[in-house]
Amino acid sequence: MSAAEVSAGPSPKVDSVSVNKHRVDWRGWKFLWPFVVVFLFVFIVPIVYAIYLSFFQTRMIGGTVFVGFQNYMRLFHDGQFWGSVWRVTLFTLVQVPIMLALSALLALALDSMRLHGTRFFRISTFLPYAVPAVVSTLIWGFMYGAKYGLVGSFNTWMGTHLDVLQPSVLLASIGNIVTWEFTGYNMLIFYSSLSTIPHSLYEAAAIDGASEWQIVKKIKMPELKGSLAITVIFSIIGSFQLFNEPSIMQNMVPGNAITTYYTPNMYAYNLSFTGGQSNYAAALAIVMAVITMAVAYAVQLNSMKEQMK
Amino acid sequence: MSGTTMQTKTTSGPDRLSASELKEQEKAARKAEKVRQRRVAKDEAAERKRSAHSGFSNPENPRRSWPLTIVVAVFAAYCLFPFVYLLVNATKTQADFTSTFGLGFGHTFALWDNLREVFTYQDGIFGRWLLNTLLYVVVGAGGATLLAIMGGYALAKFRFPGRKAVFAVVIGAISVPGIALAVPQFLLFAKLGLTNTPWAMILPSLISPFGLYLMWIFSEQAVPTELLEAAHVDGAGEFRTFFTIALPLLAPGIVTTALFTIVATWNNYFLPLIMLKDADWYPLTIGLNQWKDQASTAGGQAIQNLVITGSLVTIVPLVIAFLLLQKYWQSGLAAGAVKE
Repeated sequence: MSAAEVSAGPSPKVDSVSVNKHRVDWRGWKFLWPFVVVFLFVFIVPIVYAIYLSFFQTRMIGGTVFVGFQNYMRLFHDGQFWGSVWRVTLFTLVQVPIMLALSALLALALDSMRLHGTRFFRISTFLPYAVPAVVSTLIWGFMYGAKYGLVGSFNTWMGTHLDVLQPSVLLASIGNIVTWEFTGYNMLIFYSSLSTIPHSLYEAAAIDGASEWQIVKKIKMPELKGSLAITVIFSIIGSFQLFNEPSIMQNMVPGNAITTYYTPNMYAYNLSFTGGQSNYAAALAIVMAVITMAVAYAVQLNSMKEQMK
Repeated sequence: MSGTTMQTKTTSGPDRLSASELKEQEKAARKAEKVRQRRVAKDEAAERKRSAHSGFSNPENPRRSWPLTIVVAVFAAYCLFPFVYLLVNATKTQADFTSTFGLGFGHTFALWDNLREVFTYQDGIFGRWLLNTLLYVVVGAGGATLLAIMGGYALAKFRFPGRKAVFAVVIGAISVPGIALAVPQFLLFAKLGLTNTPWAMILPSLISPFGLYLMWIFSEQAVPTELLEAAHVDGAGEFRTFFTIALPLLAPGIVTTALFTIVATWNNYFLPLIMLKDADWYPLTIGLNQWKDQASTAGGQAIQNLVITGSLVTIVPLVIAFLLLQKYWQSGLAAGAVKE
């Protein structure tokens, strides 16, 4: 409940403040319009355009023709598409919980004040976030290399034949890169919400005889729940969009382990930029947007509602 | 009470103040708020320190724990390890890179040679990419920050028609996958003749839904509505109130939002990949990847030493920015933290 709403009452003390309250208050638009104008141009118009495009098809003979839902029907039966959706779903189900658990534990550890050198750990675990996906994939890709990478050195040294780039473990190797990139970022979101807890609360709990574990469980964990909403949403969206890491690794991986339809994003990219099938790619993009939004909303609808007040 | 004291400065009738007095009052209010915030921050820091010493926050074991430190140190090592790899390998020649142990130094220390070569290879195109990236960051991320500040402030401090709709649409927009947007953005921009120009990079960078969200949460907490109302009663216009009262209070949030939009623009790979075909307009990320791919094309000369050194050059500015501005963005993020 905001102060503005409270002051709308007939209290004489705030009479001079609530002059405007009878009329509709348009002032916010003075500040919001630049954002909305650009937003319309780079978000809304392209999405509407994509929906429009998805109902057409370019044919060898006859040019671009209206085909109704035919692109969507084709997508529905497209094994490559559903394979890529399944791959990112699997990725999300495994990578996101691991990453967020690590982030939360790290945030709790940093907040416990029991570490030597908290500041150093806070910044050093966050630093990977500053590295572009291209660079982190390059570095990890070089390290993964079984020929002259670190894995190769390890194999020579230990006499093993590890290969983290073979198809069966490739997805996990990519997951490791993504975890490396974003654990610190999520940790920081958790950590900053922990730091809003007044410390008098801990003292009070301690005086009441609460153990450290009880403080974590009863005071800190509920606080983490709030930021969990935002991190889960961002992580799900991020995983469904997986593109940079696999596409950069594509030619660092032996053979055809990373196909052109490895993830939905890669499939759409290749369809429209090398396959010349923009209309089909537009349909794919829309279906992915709907799926992602549905999942994100289903997972976190309630917490978002709370924030909206 | 206020009727007889028109001339005195300490009057409580704010509607009778002249412009200069008004300004003075505003200044005093801002100063008082700043002093208050500083005092609160100091108190909190002292409280933290005290509780750390007395062990109140750690009733079982007030002391710092080595086992816990070691566990976290292992994870920190995992985070820092690739940086070490990058640093070590930036000092190697191409021959050493492929022949010597990944974490050891090569036979020759070639860091300076590599740096020189990075900036001279292909007529110094790397420098051009660096300047492009800077352009995209200054205009794109700078603009995105400005729009997010104004929009977040509006969403937090005004109750205007359409507010909820705007919020719902923006949050929805966060969850639209990049590709769902990028493909139609590309087609639309191509129609308008904007692809292969800096505008194709800058315009989409101007919108940061996350930045808006951050500034919104932050404005809600950092700018007391009473202060705005006081300024308004004193006759200050909306923009004057915004610039003189709200903006200084928002400073930590602004640094935070700016850093996140800068990272997003500096590190952007997908957007330039589809929008730009002309190597002269590439940002660093696309350029580096092209250099990397050169090794795997037929007859291409492998320049992994340049890729590695170029990568180092790419991340150094951001790492420095994060380290230097640490204090600001961390307090900004903490103040803007989602509170239920």
